[in-house]
Amino acid sequence: MSDRYPGYDVMAKRRSMSWNDQTRAVIDARLAIDPAAHRFFTETEWQTLRALCDRIVPQTIARPHPVPLAAMIDEKARANLSEGYRYAELPPLQQAWRLGLAALDGEAQARHGRRFHALDGLEQDAVLTAVQQGNVRNPTWRELPPKSFFKKRILHDIVSAYYSHPTSWNEIGFGGPTGPRGYVRMSFDRRDPWEASEARPGREAQARRENARVG
Amino acid sequence: MSADAKSTVRAIGGRAPDVFRRGNWVSMRHYADDEDIDFAIVGTGAGGGTLACKLAEYGFSVVALDAGPYWRPLEDFASDEQHQEKLYWTDERIVDGDDPIQLGSNNSGKSVGGSTVHFAMVSLRFRPEWFKARSKLGYGADWPLDWREMWRYYAEVEAALQISGPVTYPWGPKRPRYPYRPHDLNAAALVLAQGAEALGIQWTATPLATVSAPRGNSPPCVYRGMCVIGCSTNAKQSVLITWLPRALAAGAEIRDLAMVGRIEHNEAGRVTGVHYHRDGRWRFQRARNVVVAGYAIETPRLLLNSSTDRFPEGLANSSGLVGKNLMVQANQAVWGTMDHEIRGYKGPPSLAITEHWNYADDGKDFFGGYAYMSQGPLPMVWAGTQSTKRGLWGQSLLDEMEKYNHQVGLKIVGECLPQERNRVTLTNERDQYGLPIPRVTYSYCDNDKALIRHSLAFMRRSLEAVGANDIWDETDDTCHLNGTARMGSDPTTSVVNADCRSWDIPNLWICDGSVFPTVGGVNPSLTIQAIACRTADRIKRLAARGEL
Ligand SMILES: Cc1cc2nc3c(=O)[nH]c(=O)nc-3n(C[C@H](O)[C@H](O)[C@H](O)COP(=O)(O)OP(=O)(O)OC[C@H]3O[C@@H](n4cnc5c(N)ncnc54)[C@H](O)[C@@H]3O)c2cc1C
Repeated sequence: MSDRYPGYDVMAKRRSMSWNDQTRAVIDARLAIDPAAHRFFTETEWQTLRALCDRIVPQTIARPHPVPLAAMIDEKARANLSEGYRYAELPPLQQAWRLGLAALDGEAQARHGRRFHALDGLEQDAVLTAVQQGNVRNPTWRELPPKSFFKKRILHDIVSAYYSHPTSWNEIGFGGPTGPRGYVRMSFDRRDPWEASEARPGREAQARRENARVG
Repeated sequence: MSADAKSTVRAIGGRAPDVFRRGNWVSMRHYADDEDIDFAIVGTGAGGGTLACKLAEYGFSVVALDAGPYWRPLEDFASDEQHQEKLYWTDERIVDGDDPIQLGSNNSGKSVGGSTVHFAMVSLRFRPEWFKARSKLGYGADWPLDWREMWRYYAEVEAALQISGPVTYPWGPKRPRYPYRPHDLNAAALVLAQGAEALGIQWTATPLATVSAPRGNSPPCVYRGMCVIGCSTNAKQSVLITWLPRALAAGAEIRDLAMVGRIEHNEAGRVTGVHYHRDGRWRFQRARNVVVAGYAIETPRLLLNSSTDRFPEGLANSSGLVGKNLMVQANQAVWGTMDHEIRGYKGPPSLAITEHWNYADDGKDFFGGYAYMSQGPLPMVWAGTQSTKRGLWGQSLLDEMEKYNHQVGLKIVGECLPQERNRVTLTNERDQYGLPIPRVTYSYCDNDKALIRHSLAFMRRSLEAVGANDIWDETDDTCHLNGTARMGSDPTTSVVNADCRSWDIPNLWICDGSVFPTVGGVNPSLTIQAIACRTADRIKRLAARGEL
């Protein structure tokens, strides 16, 4: 991935007027999540979940705060934080995740004779594509429609967890929390000094300088 | 942060939170459960909150109950999409049908102030003909209301919320200028404007319920862009900070964390009060009248859950229509990327609008209309769109998300037709209060699909005209719920009359989005509030004549 916003760190604004106390408390707690913590999933499920998270949102570049995706999903499942609606064909959140992780392993076994986490990345992606398209072979999916599970649980839960984390905001140049300070410059190609500066070709150094001043 | 509003009752002991001052309280009238109050109102959102205010100001004794917490926006609201999920109605519901609808964050709030605490503030009037959709335009059903009367109530609500909007509005009959000047346009809005001009249609700055200049205790909007996760500065003119402080000052009592599970009736077939769950136990509030204002799912659910031997199909349901004719509004979008930096996260999400296809009927192969607006999704919503709607994951998702600051979109609020098969029913599963949870069944009809096709093709042309790249259609999103207890002039084909009074039980009223016979192509909350103002006036008049 390219470094579109070099040196931008939304956390540099933590003490600024863009963050109020309640926001600081919420984000501090998110940054303090222990990536190894799992209270809901079994060791077997945890292995599969971690491998799954690595494929849905690959985090290949070393960063100060990698997003602890698997731990975030574990906590969501433990607290049973459902969205307030459930597709009639899907079981409730906790059950869907347990069944789904087992079915991913079952599908990997059926295709490659190994559990999901033991496959290489390309094999894992092939299994996931089959699940996304509903081309599954393993009977465990009888209790769980694969396409819906992929869309409503795998994609929904993992992707929203990732984009709730400041590390992802740095990648996409999102301004992050705004309260009480909002924004002033609203038109095309305008940025307030407390927004990320983009490294368009030829202005990488300038972007880096501007991003160092964000606060 | 003070004690958790989701678990600790705040409006009690003669006081309620002062939403404008940290740690402060305002005094609140208290009624005993066995006091026979004039009105118990279930729900304090656009319908219930507005009505509670108006009835209290007319001198009626009012207790308004809401299942949600009493927020202090200045203290409780973080600038964070995930944390603010606390505003949504997330009790379990089952969705099915050909096109199951997303609820939760997408649809309903559970807060004192209702869904307006996290709504997008777009404040629009109906096209006049929609009130007579059947006889004037040939589809849906006629409303028992006259648009000229509604025009007066719209003006009342626009003044109460000090709507910021344009001096002249391009469509429909003359309306007064909006009380506050329009907001500045962000780049996302300018893209809509340029596209509309290229295609030769009109556009305007969107009338919004967030102030563009100081107003009382509200500072002007500072373009935080977090409107749909709750405004932490009180610029947004939600029910929580407009009608409800007025209601308290006029002597209404508001009960937070008070879930109504059943409406009671006597042998004469009149309702006598509500059973509600608060502070860990069930209680009963006596009342001479009950108003249900829980939004288009909870309202029919409560009426159905209140069935008895005498009313086996639920209350107010002799027509069999309670729960039926649920209408969403289509919310499809066309997205693209621009070479320009757009940064749609700045400012209210929908600063520009065109209602062209609400008012132009030429060349349509469908009934009804749609508006479309500029967009500014926050990262979690945007990533959800790219993944669950477009199917992206892995590196292709990351690559697409990296273009976040260049992305633009146009999104409709489109009219869907009433169909009896779209409905709210009860399941055998129970919620945390022990109440049967609802099943929400939804399928588009051919007319809805034709409208959606038309809108996607048109918006695509608009994005093409401004030079957007990688244009793609988001085909399956919906917003706003209405219907399920429609108003009408005939007791066999409607649930309530023009006054929101149920045909079957004269002291049972319904006053929220459920009463809409059709939805039109504009966001509904201004119309819900206008109907609530009208209902209050009618109740006052009926009371004066001894007809309550
Ligand atoms: C993200 C989002 C953006 C939106 N944007 C706009 C917009 O820009 N413009 C617009 O016009 N509309 C918008 N809307 C829609 C608008 O918010 C609703 O149409 C409107 O608030 C509905 O009013 P209501 O009175 O029917 O219900 P609500 O405002 O939802 O109020 C219902 C209240 O009743 C309570 N309740 C329900 N059942 C019970 C019970 N049994 N006991 C006690 N309390 C109960 C609930 O907790 C809730 O607080 C938006 C909605 C959402 C979700």
